[in-house]
Amino acid sequence: MTGTKKGCDHGQCGSCTVIAGGRRINSCLSLALVHQGDTVTTIEGLAHGDQLHPVQTAFLEHDGYQCGYCTPGQIMSAVALLDEVRKGQPSQVTPELRKAGPVELTPDEIKERMSGNLCRCGAYPGIVAAVQQAYGQTQS
Amino acid sequence: MNSFTFRRADAPDTAVEALAHDHAAKLLGGGTNLIDLMKQGVEQPTALIDINPLPLAEITPLPGGGLRLGATARNSDTAAHPEVRAQYPMLAQAILAGASAQLRNMATDAGNLLQRTRCYYFYDPAYLACNKRKPGSGCAAITGFNRIHAILGASPECIATNPSDMAVALAALEPTVRVRGPKGERHIHFADFHRLPGKTPEIDTNLRADELILSIDLPRSSYAAHSHYLKVRDRASYAFALVSVAAALDLDGTTIRSARLALGGVAHKPWRAEAAEKSLKGKPATADSFRAAAELALAGAQTYKDNAFKVPMAKQAIVRALTVAAGEQA
Ligand SMILES: Cc1cc2nc3c(=O)[nH]c(=O)nc-3n(C[C@H](O)[C@H](O)[C@H](O)COP(=O)(O)OP(=O)(O)OC[C@H]3O[C@@H](n4cnc5c(N)ncnc54)[C@H](O)[C@@H]3O)c2cc1C
Ligand code: SF4
Ligand code: FES
Ligand code: FES
Repeated sequence: MTGTKKGCDHGQCGSCTVIAGGRRINSCLSLALVHQGDTVTTIEGLAHGDQLHPVQTAFLEHDGYQCGYCTPGQIMSAVALLDEVRKGQPSQVTPELRKAGPVELTPDEIKERMSGNLCRCGAYPGIVAAVQQAYGQTQS
Repeated sequence: MNSFTFRRADAPDTAVEALAHDHAAKLLGGGTNLIDLMKQGVEQPTALIDINPLPLAEITPLPGGGLRLGATARNSDTAAHPEVRAQYPMLAQAILAGASAQLRNMATDAGNLLQRTRCYYFYDPAYLACNKRKPGSGCAAITGFNRIHAILGASPECIATNPSDMAVALAALEPTVRVRGPKGERHIHFADFHRLPGKTPEIDTNLRADELILSIDLPRSSYAAHSHYLKVRDRASYAFALVSVAAALDLDGTTIRSARLALGGVAHKPWRAEAAEKSLKGKPATADSFRAAAELALAGAQTYKDNAFKVPMAKQAIVRALTVAAGEQA
């Protein structure tokens, strides 16, 4: 499989993001041996045949990329982000940390939660819009 | 490429035995620092002992009201834990201010305490002089580019800073670190866990090479209502601190019953500003008190060519963090 990309190789860019054991991780800093028995989902595992995952569709519709190199990592990160928000996990910009509760995925929340994925082409506005669309769809 | 062996620990004792048996072996937590440093050629362990299978990931209440953070609890789970958020919100803030969501999902609480400095010269073996990496080789940073380096507690041998955010909040919360070695368990006060560089900057902490961290035990806190973690850095997210402040107040109306203040990005260890804490006791929670405390906290600062900006930055950050902790959204 060639979908997952190596960018920095040091945890600094997010292009290698995969979902292992249900969580997004930087695969460049993780030994495969540590994940024996875990389910690992890469970008190849999101679509069902020709039917794209809603996050993939949203990236297409909002031009969430230019060269596309960071995109597999961005999309895997966004898929996990939606799951984290569903579970009420807080971020640095979540207003009331003291009380656990539902999280509202504002643009600021999206930017903070996607900050582990750099894009050298600067496609960030499209990426934020894509995550917003995918979030809206999974909400309804 | 250095070859190494890999094994899974099946019990805390087997991990400790493996360490005692092979001094070049290393425990593997999330791997986000160790694997990175192995790729850099800075760390060259002969064996990795995977401690992720050990039953040390739980976060559990302690009798008497504290909280036990298991060594392999993930940073992300710790920050999202309802009890951490309710009792130690500053700790959740500090963790969430560090690294990225992916890294926090991997990073363990014990591994976070043991992450090594981000001094550029330490990280790059192409530089020959680094006492931390190679004792006796000198310090490239003292005469080099030292923008991110220490302003408090440094030595002529090393001016590196500890990069952890979590550890700064912990320094203000006074936990103990519960560890197991070949002779059994002991508890290390958090203030004694990290070291100043002195003449042995190659030793970051007082954890012995054959000891396994079991948990970080937080005492009950009276600071939950008035605390704040403030991180100042080059970009708004996914960057290490230039300066950070963990500030907490126990207030009686507007009078400060007691205060806790710790700084990050300024020293070889999370820096507890005890004189500043004492100065706040019994004072009104006002900007004047906070400014006086900030002056005291930075009184002994020594700067280098590129990092003098950290002194005013740290003072401002202290005033701001205390102000927010007191409840003013200034
Ligand atoms: C790009 C990047 C950005 C980052 N930004 C930040 C930031 O802004 N703020 C911040 O605070 N951190 C930051 N980090 C650092 C990150 O928080 C640490 O790498 C992480 O917390 C280390 O935990 P780990 O479990 O992955 O440790 P590992 O890499 O697994 O281990 C680190 C060390 O601890 C030892 N160890 C692990 N567990 C135990 C144990 N139970 N007992 C004894 N020894 C043990 C290991 O042997 C090793 O020596 C960043 C990291 C990267 C790569
Ligand atoms: S500051 Fe410390 S870590 Fe950096 S080069 Fe000097 S000795 Fe090495
Ligand atoms: S390649 Fe893994 S984070 Fe950059
Ligand atoms: S699309 Fe080119 S790096 Fe992101």
